[in-house]
Amino acid sequence: MSDKTESPSHLAPRRSLIRQLELDTRLLGMIGAFVVVCLVFNFWTDGRFLTPRNIFNLTIQTVSVAIMATGMVFVIVTRHIDLSVGALLATCTAVMGMLQTRWLPGHLGLEIGSPLIPWITIGLGLLVGALIGGMQGWLVGYRAIPAFIVTLGGLLIWRNVGWYLTSGQTIGPLDETYILFGGITGTLGWFWSWVVGIVAALAAAVGLWAARRNKISHEFPVKPVWAEIAVIAITVGAILGFVAILNAYELPDRVVARDFAAYGCAQAEGCTVAYGIPFSVLLLIFVAVVMTVIATRTRLGRYIFATGGNPDAASLSGINTRLLTVKIFAIVGVLSALGGVVASARLGYHTNDIGTLDELRVIAAAVIGGTALSGGIGTIYGAVFGALIMQSLQSGMAMVGVDAPYQNIVVGAVLVFAVWVDIEYRKRTGAR
Amino acid sequence: MTTPLVQMKNISIAFGGVHAVDDVSLDLYPGEVVGLLGHNGAGKSTLIKILSGAYRMDSGEIWINGAKVDIHSPRDARNNSIETIYQTLALADNLDAASNLFLGRELTTRLGFVDDSRQEAETRRIMARLNPNFKKLKEPVSALSGGQRQSVAIARAVYFKARILIMDEPTAALGVHETKMVADLITELKKQGLGIFLISHDTREMMALCDRVSVMKNGQVVGTERVEDVTEDDILSMIILGKNPKAAA
Repeated sequence: MSDKTESPSHLAPRRSLIRQLELDTRLLGMIGAFVVVCLVFNFWTDGRFLTPRNIFNLTIQTVSVAIMATGMVFVIVTRHIDLSVGALLATCTAVMGMLQTRWLPGHLGLEIGSPLIPWITIGLGLLVGALIGGMQGWLVGYRAIPAFIVTLGGLLIWRNVGWYLTSGQTIGPLDETYILFGGITGTLGWFWSWVVGIVAALAAAVGLWAARRNKISHEFPVKPVWAEIAVIAITVGAILGFVAILNAYELPDRVVARDFAAYGCAQAEGCTVAYGIPFSVLLLIFVAVVMTVIATRTRLGRYIFATGGNPDAASLSGINTRLLTVKIFAIVGVLSALGGVVASARLGYHTNDIGTLDELRVIAAAVIGGTALSGGIGTIYGAVFGALIMQSLQSGMAMVGVDAPYQNIVVGAVLVFAVWVDIEYRKRTGAR
Repeated sequence: MTTPLVQMKNISIAFGGVHAVDDVSLDLYPGEVVGLLGHNGAGKSTLIKILSGAYRMDSGEIWINGAKVDIHSPRDARNNSIETIYQTLALADNLDAASNLFLGRELTTRLGFVDDSRQEAETRRIMARLNPNFKKLKEPVSALSGGQRQSVAIARAVYFKARILIMDEPTAALGVHETKMVADLITELKKQGLGIFLISHDTREMMALCDRVSVMKNGQVVGTERVEDVTEDDILSMIILGKNPKAAA
């Protein structure tokens, strides 16, 4: 009881601290939820959850869904939905699998193992995704068929177009360069991971400082210098900490010992090789940064959010909302193909059931990340965090040994609970 | 005689057999406020939406400054310096004032990115002039009062130097003080030589603000009169009976 009476005086300075740092309270909430999930599972698994190895696995398992979820944010923000991303992913990986193993080799002077094959494959795969997505967007935007129906039809169509193209067979093994996007098979290694980490940390620091200078030049209020430095320190710390964790996960000694010279060691003993940052995670970070820039700094993004907030206002302001819909669905199509590259590269094969139920994971990730189905509200980082939280729950429960039906029951309950918390949060803080 | 700013000639539009606007001609001169009156469904809003590019007319001509123009979209209207303040305000509630003010006409940096800082600075400047009490620049406009939202909509028209302003029930959602603010602004803009089409249900307000009023009924213009030539009762009978007592007399 005494705690309760004291709590307001404790809370007051803390709230103002957050305000002074101008931190996004929603982001803090999501990080908080993620930390709680991690700590609970870490305790439950006797410390096996928060090992470099598991964190590494968690990140590479999240990538495919997270990439697609960034695109789903745009779709949901404009009050649409896309139920076809998992099926679209399957069609794209079927096309890419067939391209690199059957269709391209023997044509255009290309043979299996040719360095051009993976890049042509990925390029055409992304194009297929863009075209299918754009076509669905056209049906929604110009023909005014509800997105729910168009993409529900798409779910059936593209799942089975993939099946038809491959006759239901598993396609593989996939190209060696291509599978570098899968995760464990393609990582930067110790040195380059640190290079990327340090460059990213510097860029973040310079960027934050430049934003402050820009505000001052327009005579806008800025937070105190100590707060700015604190935010920069936290950001830099988070980036470098992430790199340090991924670099702490090392190849098994036996694997290194078998071929130590290839890893640049003079002898097998004491030779350790870190995995470092997987290419797939770099790809996700790149996608998330580009999508965030589109969402917050470009006209396209501004129009997406304006249309979501008030479609009539957007069209009366001279925005072509129909073409906008085509663009959004094309973006999701490209990202589904990209998610497909990561998913099939991780497996090393295209399988007939690849991406099954991914549409629901992707929508759940976006929604857990604070994207409102009523439109106009959502963030890219939220969707990425949503994907990470979902994957943590799923992996954690698998590690603990929760029975399969309970796993999905928990994930379903968490989805509903997360949205309820978000709605309550919005009510309390007044919109946004 | 000066050239009319706007001439709408023989405008017609039908929706599924209903003649919403039927062979209507109207004009507007610089520095003039023309009021449009009539029952709901008389065709006022439809007529105005043709001028603002939201609807396409079936037949008729629009002349701006003595030159015939084609207005097929809201963008065309804006390119002809026509700005509209809608009854429903046409603001995106989830965006802040600056984003709304520049919606569709964002200021960009040299690299083509939206220049939020400059937009915010410009919004600060124009708001200081229009509504000095306006402080909530960072909040989404859903957090603003009716009057503050209205000033965002008006700021949009003023900032982009509209010469023709269409105001569809600009005071419908406002309190007494805010209504006064809008009235003052109309007078101010009129002095600057803008032409304003004003739609309202409030006959008394219209008599005070307008130079001429046109009354519409069933898609047609019943009559257009200078306010000093008619009484409020004349106008009311035009609205209700659909007959111009002056023309009959």
